[in-house]
Amino acid sequence: MDIIGNLDYNIAFVVVAAIYAVFALGLNVHWGYAGLFNIGIAGFFALGAYTSALLTKASADPRLFEDFKFGGNLAASFEGIPVVGSLDLWFVVALLGAAAVCAVVALGIGFLTLRLRGDYLAIATLGIAESIRLVFLNEKWLANGSKGLYNIPRFLGDVVAPRNYDYLFLVVVLVVLAILYLAVERITKSPWGRVLRAIREDETTAAASGKNVFKFKLQAFILGAAIMGIGGALFAYNVRFLSPLTFDPLLATFIIWAMLMVGGSGNNKGAILGAFIVWGVWTRTQFLPRFLGEPEFRLFLIGFIIVAVMLLRPGGILGEGRKVSRPAWQQKTASPET
Amino acid sequence: MATLKQVARWVPSHWGAGHLVLAGFLALLVLAVSPVIKLDLVVNGLFLGAIIGLGAIGLSLVYGILKFAHIGHGDFMTLGAYFALFLLSDLFPRIGLTGAGLGPFTFGYPLLLALPLAMLAMAVVAIALDLGIYRRLRRRGVNPVVLAMASLGVAIALRGVVQIFWGGGTEQYPRVSKLFYRLPMDVRIPPDNLFVGGLTVVLVVALYLFLTRSKMGKAMRATSDNPDLARVSGINTEHILWWTWAIGGALAATAGVLLAVSQAQLVPIMGWRLLIPLFAAVILGGIGNPFGALVGGLIIGVTSEISTQWLNPSYKPAMAFLVMIIMLLFRPRGLFGAKD
Amino acid sequence: MLLEVCDLDAGYGQTQILHGVSIRVDEREIVTIIGPNGSGKSTLLKAITGVVRPTAGRVVFGSDSIAGLSPDRIVRKGISYVPQTENVFPSLTIQENLEMGAFLRRDLGRERLPRIYEMFPDLVSKRGDRASRLSGGQRQMLALARALMLDPTLLLLDEPSAGLAPMMVDGVFDKIAEINQTGVAILIVEQKARRSLQQSHRGYVLATGQTRLEDTGERLLANPEVRRLYLGG
Repeated sequence: MDIIGNLDYNIAFVVVAAIYAVFALGLNVHWGYAGLFNIGIAGFFALGAYTSALLTKASADPRLFEDFKFGGNLAASFEGIPVVGSLDLWFVVALLGAAAVCAVVALGIGFLTLRLRGDYLAIATLGIAESIRLVFLNEKWLANGSKGLYNIPRFLGDVVAPRNYDYLFLVVVLVVLAILYLAVERITKSPWGRVLRAIREDETTAAASGKNVFKFKLQAFILGAAIMGIGGALFAYNVRFLSPLTFDPLLATFIIWAMLMVGGSGNNKGAILGAFIVWGVWTRTQFLPRFLGEPEFRLFLIGFIIVAVMLLRPGGILGEGRKVSRPAWQQKTASPET
Repeated sequence: MATLKQVARWVPSHWGAGHLVLAGFLALLVLAVSPVIKLDLVVNGLFLGAIIGLGAIGLSLVYGILKFAHIGHGDFMTLGAYFALFLLSDLFPRIGLTGAGLGPFTFGYPLLLALPLAMLAMAVVAIALDLGIYRRLRRRGVNPVVLAMASLGVAIALRGVVQIFWGGGTEQYPRVSKLFYRLPMDVRIPPDNLFVGGLTVVLVVALYLFLTRSKMGKAMRATSDNPDLARVSGINTEHILWWTWAIGGALAATAGVLLAVSQAQLVPIMGWRLLIPLFAAVILGGIGNPFGALVGGLIIGVTSEISTQWLNPSYKPAMAFLVMIIMLLFRPRGLFGAKD
Repeated sequence: MLLEVCDLDAGYGQTQILHGVSIRVDEREIVTIIGPNGSGKSTLLKAITGVVRPTAGRVVFGSDSIAGLSPDRIVRKGISYVPQTENVFPSLTIQENLEMGAFLRRDLGRERLPRIYEMFPDLVSKRGDRASRLSGGQRQMLALARALMLDPTLLLLDEPSAGLAPMMVDGVFDKIAEINQTGVAILIVEQKARRSLQQSHRGYVLATGQTRLEDTGERLLANPEVRRLYLGG
């Protein structure tokens, strides 16, 4: 492999890892700070990606689509949206739109399940993820069904030569990740974040001291889901092709859990670090000899990593940092202790 | 819903028996009120529901006694089904045990041997996973959601194991095709479904007797009711947990094998795909109530089959999810659960 | 001496609740521990029965040290415990609840059952009903009956009168006296302890996880400070 090829490979790696880091940040808001067990990340992933793809401006080749009403051209009907110089505001609209749609869906699920016991949320998120996948698969008019959406336009269109798009997009992804990191860091260190952790540690006490537990959990769930929506949008602009098969639970949910667990839940730096480490392991292991490089083995590996981290190093690599509070895995409980 | 509540109040207090009565009643009700629904879908929905129910019974027991959502349960089904596949297509033929098309069924008598062995294997796997993973977390005093998290890891790893050994493709038990039974009113029943129904009845009756007659079964119910009181009564709750995992694992293996038989195929994702219907059945029946879970399974099976009359069949899991959400809205403790 | 607790420390996780508690119960004695909410009364009973693991101190029952044993081994030695709430198995029948009380010794359970029904005649007609259908007073009786199934020598009761109507309270305490007559020592924890102290041989005052006072039941009842602080004047 020549130097340029190697560089391209590494850039592509960093782009994907950084997109996963966005998801890990969102999941960290759910699990690390609020103790919310979301196993339907794939749902928000798909929703964010599809929303941004449907909101993008340029049209794809209509011949490629059969029953598809929008043809990737939804945005074309809004002629009034400005393009300032070469700055493509549609990218921003797509990102915010993806976040907004995910937030609305999270509001719905959260409203239904966050009053109930904690594991109901897990089942509900699993259900909504599957339902979202089925909708994108079956409703051809919406997203072209199993054939998927392709030719999603690039950020800034053709301003940058296509072969250099990765360099540009690397910058975009890193900027978005940095903004989200700073925002989440700030929010979780605020009084709001402290209340959230207090709730996670001891819901009864938090409720007794007058906190509206449900409201706080709902806000955290919506925030995390919106971040995941942005991650989905970045993903769509990177691969520029979406199909319902893209959002397999393995690569859209499980691996993100492994990332957060490895890096250290409750720690935003840990979430980002975990994303890079696990994605590194994932991409490098495909070059392993024989069955070690097969996807089957790597599936096992992801499950094994999650369990092993929980048993051996529940705080992950970085842990929660300052021990101001007990982390989720040490919460007081009434489970049958034997 | 109001009618259901009234029905539930008539039900005799004896654990479970009344729920079975209610299940039949509900099924008849559905038929009686809706001439638009194809009877064929209802009947075959009941068989699918029986399979979901078998899986859900174990899940509900685990949920009630260990107090966490065992996300690996679907993959217990998968592993059980593939273990039977290993016996039927690999091990048994080597010792001369082959055959298919026993009586009216597509499968042969080796399946009748493979099934109990798969049940046993999954019982052992379930207990081993508890000893290796869940017990260690329990002793650390973690929150139930953390146990559920660990079981997600287990689910992924188990599916990985299945794929390592059998790959990601479609497999089949040795079988010969058989004609469906044709009944009046356009009802067509695959003969294998008779086996599904019969075995479900046998296992549920056996479980009922175990839970209401045997000392260990009663102690299981006691532990599910109140683990702390069970411990100060002198019940060794550790043993209870082993029994719970053994029953849950064995029933999951049965459900997995029956699913593979009735759908005439095995794919590694078969159990994971059934996870939502399983949990929907558990929540419908009330967490910790095994007979409720069976009724829940039957309801889920029938509703998702009926939905195919109007919706794309691939929406079936979404139907189960919808039923579950409606349940969570109106009666979060399940059809037979105590009033809030 | 039947039970001796010496300098016991116990708590939940990192929160220590008992700080060096010492009490004793003699054979055939009724002892009441009074104290405000959160003084550690329930934790003390849980530490004796092994539900909560003591972190320091001694618990001696008869001639055996039982601190740190699992609940089932402590039950086997002859200590039965009735928690304050959730002290029956609601979805089990009355009969099954009693059978669970004798889980460790089914032979003894079979032998004891007629005797227990004799002591609690109200339960006989309801033996096939689920415990969840019982009224508060009946439920407390069932809890007592369940705890007696293994023929214990020491019975630990956590607030047996909590949440009961005044008439029921009398019934429960009459039954406690009756149980004591059969030779069972009883350790009661009570927040509103007037009724309990009246029929106790001795009592302790527990506050902030420490033993503050020890005296006979009558003298604690007469003590003006105890009356003011713990008995509501």
